[in-house]
Amino acid sequence: MSTATTNPSAAEPASGRKAPAGERVADWADGRLGIYGLAKANMRKIFPDHWSFMLGEVCLYSFIIIILTGVYLTLFFQPSMGEIVYHGPYEPMQGIRMSEAYASTLKISFEVRGGLLVRQIHHWAALIFLAGMFVHMMRVFFTGAFRKPREINWMFGFLLFVLGMFTGFTGYSLPDDLLSGTGVRFTQGAILSVPIVGTYISMFLFGGEFPGHDFVARFYSIHILLLPGIMLGLLVAHLILVFYHKHTQFAGPGRTNKNVVGMPLLPVYMAKAGGFFFLVFGVIAAIAAIATINPIWAIGPYRVDQVSTGAQPDWYMGFAEGLVRVMPGWEINLWGHTLVLGVFIPLVAFGLVLGAIAMYPFIESWVTGDKREHHILDRPRNAPTRTAFGAAWITAYFVGLIGGGNDLWATHFHLSINAITWFVRIFFFLGPVIVFIVTKRICLGLQRRDRDKVLHGRESGLIKRLPHGEFVEVHEPLSPGQLHTLTAHEQYRPVELGPEVDENGVKRKISPVQKLRAKLSKGYYGEGNQIPKATPEEYKEISEGHGHH
Amino acid sequence: MKKLSARRRHPLAAVVVLLLALAATGGLYAAFAPAGKAQADETAQSLAIEEGKKLYAVGCASCHGTGGQGTTDGPSLVGVGSAAVDFQVGTGRMPAQQPGAQVPKKKVIYSQAEIDQLAAYVASLGAGPITPTDKQVDPAGADVANGGELFRTNCAQCHNFTGKGGALTEGKYAPDLEGVSPKHIYEAMQTGPQSMPSFPDTTMPEQEKKDIIAYIETVNGDKTESPGGLALGGLGPVSEGLFAWIFGLGALVAVAVWVAAHTAKAKKS
Repeated sequence: MSTATTNPSAAEPASGRKAPAGERVADWADGRLGIYGLAKANMRKIFPDHWSFMLGEVCLYSFIIIILTGVYLTLFFQPSMGEIVYHGPYEPMQGIRMSEAYASTLKISFEVRGGLLVRQIHHWAALIFLAGMFVHMMRVFFTGAFRKPREINWMFGFLLFVLGMFTGFTGYSLPDDLLSGTGVRFTQGAILSVPIVGTYISMFLFGGEFPGHDFVARFYSIHILLLPGIMLGLLVAHLILVFYHKHTQFAGPGRTNKNVVGMPLLPVYMAKAGGFFFLVFGVIAAIAAIATINPIWAIGPYRVDQVSTGAQPDWYMGFAEGLVRVMPGWEINLWGHTLVLGVFIPLVAFGLVLGAIAMYPFIESWVTGDKREHHILDRPRNAPTRTAFGAAWITAYFVGLIGGGNDLWATHFHLSINAITWFVRIFFFLGPVIVFIVTKRICLGLQRRDRDKVLHGRESGLIKRLPHGEFVEVHEPLSPGQLHTLTAHEQYRPVELGPEVDENGVKRKISPVQKLRAKLSKGYYGEGNQIPKATPEEYKEISEGHGHH
Repeated sequence: MKKLSARRRHPLAAVVVLLLALAATGGLYAAFAPAGKAQADETAQSLAIEEGKKLYAVGCASCHGTGGQGTTDGPSLVGVGSAAVDFQVGTGRMPAQQPGAQVPKKKVIYSQAEIDQLAAYVASLGAGPITPTDKQVDPAGADVANGGELFRTNCAQCHNFTGKGGALTEGKYAPDLEGVSPKHIYEAMQTGPQSMPSFPDTTMPEQEKKDIIAYIETVNGDKTESPGGLALGGLGPVSEGLFAWIFGLGALVAVAVWVAAHTAKAKKS
């Protein structure tokens, strides 16, 4: 301490009391990072409470768990297709030729301390991550949380889901076991089916003819570096946008499009989210300790001349698998080239089905012409067409999943696999139509019920006998808060095409696109497609009038 | 000699030669025929065939014909051998309950002695694969790793990686191999029941069959270990996906509901 000016004690208050250590660390950091400003802006950030808002957290935490366990696995995994002979502790594989990738996965499973548990946590967390993203996406979809200003965040989320699928697929392929090798071969077939470029892409990706000696190493860098890197970036952007837009909330008393009602980030949400992380980790670790996933030692190393029945991808690719399984084996042979429609059509359909849900927010805002900001969530029943579309999409998706597991449906329900194939072929198209109609009717029925509840109150189950002998059921009026919640949603009018002729009596030019839009808009908001909610006048007339009915 | 050559064109010459040839053949047969074996036939074997024929007439003849020649309801049993009978009746598949895509395994209704008698009768209809001895099917000392390699090359296409079974066309299926005795696995490979191809000793020698049996016992037997926990049926990603959705995501949603329900209260009023 040569100079007094650098002595920190000079900054101490006159009383001579030393500031607490935490405060001094915070001061130090603020001087360099400006954390006070950030904290001031964000510490009291309000988040609304609802269990379904935590589905995104499930995804975030399982992603973190996947990264942590994945790092551990990279310490022992050998991404090499060099062939060796196994002489490890697992008896049924003694003396078998296998790739180093497969041998090192056996080593992780049987020799590395905690290796099998970490492998299982990694794989279970991946399945749950994808399932969580699927459900989170459906929550956002059915409540209309994708509307302005959140369309870009919807797209980020969608990209995370798709990239998650491919990260999962490349990870599933790394152990180079007979199951994953079959899956890689399947994928190579799908790549080959792409007209013109397919052969080139396949040769490029596998470094020559399948299987070659490269794909495990290439998939490894894609799996641990490229895709998770992009995903991490998207994830951060996704969260920044959640912060920037503020969280949506369900309608309720005191909640408007301009406020957020809930609890502050600090301390409430920090504690909740931190605790929830450990709960998610705990649940996934417990599952990984209880149930096997991908027992590669029982499956055997990949060899191109071997294949097993029951070879399926992980669930998130099952939908694509199903489309290929049920597609008739069509092909066109022209001028010495083969176009394998039996694989190429499912490949295109796979992209179209995913694209349909991704583009929906833009389609809806175009049809309805709704360009305003929305921070209050819709109850699914109050947007019957959207809800019906979502349910129809899920139906198509799950019918495809049935196709992906058609052999297990056949053996476990004693069915003919051919019958299941035909069921999937028909219901992939018919199922969504039926579900669309049924869901829409259910939504309208629920809207009628809401209207009835608002106007007539809740059915109490009490039967009263009037003096003249009539029996009536007592309806309990709703509280003002409940009334608000049930009537808070806006109801829109369909887009009008305007008069057919202009002021001079000349027929106006209306483009087919405009006509289509008007028609679709009528499907959303036209008569019979939404039940007019109870108006204050109606409510007043009934509640002041003759009481019941 | 002159006399003989002079008479060789006699009208009766051909008859004499024929008689001599017959006498020689008969005489040689009498001299070399296995007389002892014929004696044994009289006692145990022919008795078993006799008993088997009676059982056959009651339990099998309605579909396979009175002499095993087959009818429109069942195939001919000539040449299927005792191993086929021992497998089909010994696993309860025969007698069949009803026509269908495939005859399922069910409760065995004949005793092993009766099955042996039936097998003896059917084997007497024409030569075929013989029921293996206990020594032939014993997997002790077999090469499990080689069995695994053979299994994945020849069997897994229909029976799954570890013999958990799989679907075939039109409601047919390859059954789960858990709990199937080594003898029956051996016989199935030997005879190729229903949709299964046969793997006779010429294409798959006895030792390889033993290796396969040893592999099945190791990965799909009573003493199979599952180091990772519950095996979830050993069916691969479909059952894993279902488990992840129902128990994984299900538990996490339950936890989320619980956490959301226990929020901090602003202030009690």
